[in-house]
Amino acid sequence: MFRFILRRLLQMVLAFFGTTLIVYALMFAGQGDPIQALAGERPVTAAQRAYLTEKFHLDRTGVGGFFYRYFDYLRNLLQGDLGQSLTGRSIGDILAAAWPVTVKLALIAMAVTILFGVTAGVLAGIRRASIFDNSTLLLTLLVLGIPTIVLAPLAQYLLGVRWQLFPPTAGADPDLYALLLPGIVLGSLSLATALRLTRTSVAENLRADYVRTARSKGLVKRRIVSVHVLRNSLIPVVTFLGVELGNLMSGAIITEGVFNIPGVGFNLFRGIRTEDGPLVVGIVSVLVVVYLVSNLVVDVLYAVLDPRIRYE
Amino acid sequence: MRVRRLATWTALPLAVTLGLVACGSGGDGGSGESNPDAAVRIEIAEPQHLVPTNTNETSGSQVLAALFSPLVDYDEANKPYEVAAESVTSEDNRTWTVKLKDGYTFHNGEQVTADNYVDAWNYGAYAPNGQNSSYFFEKIAGYEDMQGENPKAETLTGLKKVDDLTFTVTLSQPYSEFKTMLGYTAFYPMPKAAFSAPGVLAEAYEQAPIGQGPFKMKGTWQHDAKVEVEKYDAFPGEKPKVAGVEFRIYQQPTAAYADVLSDNLDVIKTIPTENLSTAGTDLGDRFKQSPASSLQVLAFPTFQKEFSNPDVRKAISMAIDRDEITKSIFKDSQQPARSFVSPVVAGYRDNTIGEAGEFDPAKAKSLYRAAGGPARIELSYNGDGGHKDWIDATCNQLKANLGVDCVGTAEPKFADLLTKVKAKQPVGLFRMGWVMDYPSMENYLGPLYSSNGSSNYYGYDNPEFDKLLAEGASAANEDEAVRKYQAAEDVLAEDLPVIPLRYGQNNFGHSTRVTNVEMDLFDRVDLVEIEAVK
Repeated sequence: MFRFILRRLLQMVLAFFGTTLIVYALMFAGQGDPIQALAGERPVTAAQRAYLTEKFHLDRTGVGGFFYRYFDYLRNLLQGDLGQSLTGRSIGDILAAAWPVTVKLALIAMAVTILFGVTAGVLAGIRRASIFDNSTLLLTLLVLGIPTIVLAPLAQYLLGVRWQLFPPTAGADPDLYALLLPGIVLGSLSLATALRLTRTSVAENLRADYVRTARSKGLVKRRIVSVHVLRNSLIPVVTFLGVELGNLMSGAIITEGVFNIPGVGFNLFRGIRTEDGPLVVGIVSVLVVVYLVSNLVVDVLYAVLDPRIRYE
Repeated sequence: MRVRRLATWTALPLAVTLGLVACGSGGDGGSGESNPDAAVRIEIAEPQHLVPTNTNETSGSQVLAALFSPLVDYDEANKPYEVAAESVTSEDNRTWTVKLKDGYTFHNGEQVTADNYVDAWNYGAYAPNGQNSSYFFEKIAGYEDMQGENPKAETLTGLKKVDDLTFTVTLSQPYSEFKTMLGYTAFYPMPKAAFSAPGVLAEAYEQAPIGQGPFKMKGTWQHDAKVEVEKYDAFPGEKPKVAGVEFRIYQQPTAAYADVLSDNLDVIKTIPTENLSTAGTDLGDRFKQSPASSLQVLAFPTFQKEFSNPDVRKAISMAIDRDEITKSIFKDSQQPARSFVSPVVAGYRDNTIGEAGEFDPAKAKSLYRAAGGPARIELSYNGDGGHKDWIDATCNQLKANLGVDCVGTAEPKFADLLTKVKAKQPVGLFRMGWVMDYPSMENYLGPLYSSNGSSNYYGYDNPEFDKLLAEGASAANEDEAVRKYQAAEDVLAEDLPVIPLRYGQNNFGHSTRVTNVEMDLFDRVDLVEIEAVK
């Protein structure tokens, strides 16, 4: 187990540098005129252009310029300095302010997914072809069919503005209640998938040989389902949830925008829109680490759920 | 068992928050009286900077307008009058004497003196400081020596302190409207406390700017969240009618609009286009419109052969039905334009482009044929600004009325469009917008159409126009200047390097908690007028 984790950690280092290189190259290649992008439609003065060009080495172009800027970035990164955004703010500060609220939102979405998705999935799996099963099937189909860009403003308008059940936006320092609506919206997509996954998995395991054995031994149904079936059915669900957690941590660009939550997705979107290369690369570098770690955790969890899985 | 434990963990905070919300509602309902103890909440975007000489976008200048008091402001006729200045005078339009009113103090207690203006402007003009608004100082003597990578001078030779409350500004060339410029954000003073050493801005200053205006900072700038200000009691000018302002930062206007609808936010400065059609029913008389300074045009690359004939440009202008587009596409949120300057500046005349502004398809077609206009027209625009609809509508009109082929080409961002235009790539006609820096005709003409103008992307070069503009700048008084600028505008009307399409409007709205919401010409909410309702 220990060797497995160590090996994975070493692989992560490689993966990290590989992805930052790719992201940096993409930003570099896609960059038009970041100084003008920052100014929008206002004219840019020569003084301002010269100042930013020198500060961010924007005059270094071509392959040589790329490697110069990339290694400059890496050197600072290894010293724990993520650099400055084009507006002069420290990217470390931006991320420190953005993470807590994104993590909170992700956890709420995750809780919604697990609480409703997995529970309903188990129930639907046990009562296959019942009214409950069919209606959840229909409902999940509906949710999966509506993109967040429709679902989020709709929920905001109906529940926030029309009926005033929730505050329409959450803001920068929201309480748990304000985050609930965006959390539910964000969680509803993974909820639908988790429900489907759990249902299929439970339904399949219920027909397995070991369940028949357990039943013929005279075990009560509750024990069969909660101890034997659930544990075996959760492996695909945990894989999905692990990847999903990484997704949620990367910030939901649309949901955070609609509910005005200045989290990671919100900043990433701004960075892309204003061609703020340092900001985008900084956020993505941290996101890569989040993904790698959450994948590692999922792999370790397999061994806990299924003792047959051994890591060397 | 695990499921049950999870359920308790989520049920508990849910119950608590539901209880909290129950306490929160209630206590609403206004009696209609003004409440001087309440704070109002105004929507802005994250400011790029909060240093006077570095702030040139509306969000930042909205915050600075609370913290600072300008030397001059503008009256109903858009002419400047003194606010923090006692008088701004000049004999020859070249050497200007600025006398300050006594009694102004910075929020940290410092007296406002002439030094504060001189220091702030020197800092703004010095090129290595990279200030966004440095070009506002280019008319002051000594500016040239402060440019480049290793400037010769660190201060403007044109700025001289006379006594504690008086300083003189010498311009490199006479400029009759210098007083009008002084209302802009870049000309605010900065206290001694702003500088850690002479000419070096203290790093912490931007996080909590100290000004001499009606409000002072409450805490620091909460990035991406809010900037809070509260009333400054020692302010000698006209006192605001609210106790403070929370500038709440939004990335998307739709989110701010939802908050205004449910009274979670008091003022939204720009109602998003997709909500404009319903804003009237949503907000009733709380949906407001006021003139803004912006002007939308279609520009010609006049250096290209097919567009070098003014008759071609005139024919295209005549083939566009401006009224129809502003009505059906913009739902009257903008106004049709037929002049090169906005109605918000002194000297504006309606319909200066004359016949070219009349929608006359038959005449346009024959004129276009006779002048030999190109058989295919391309309209380039930036795809991120909601321009597709009107560009497509314009294209359809050109197709129908001129019998040409027309396509709209979207560039991802305005920056990408400018890059191509500057490189003189054939992009066809391209859209441009202009928002004034200060309310003067010169600001609509000089930067855009003079042969060395900073935003003259059309290759327009007319010595007569340049000459009239220079005469206007050195005219004896403002009325004389306006006459010269109007003559210059008439030259433009003959040449049509761009065709004016629409004037902008502020389309703003407010909650039931506030009244007297007004917007000024710089897209800022008037913070002295706004009142909270009890």
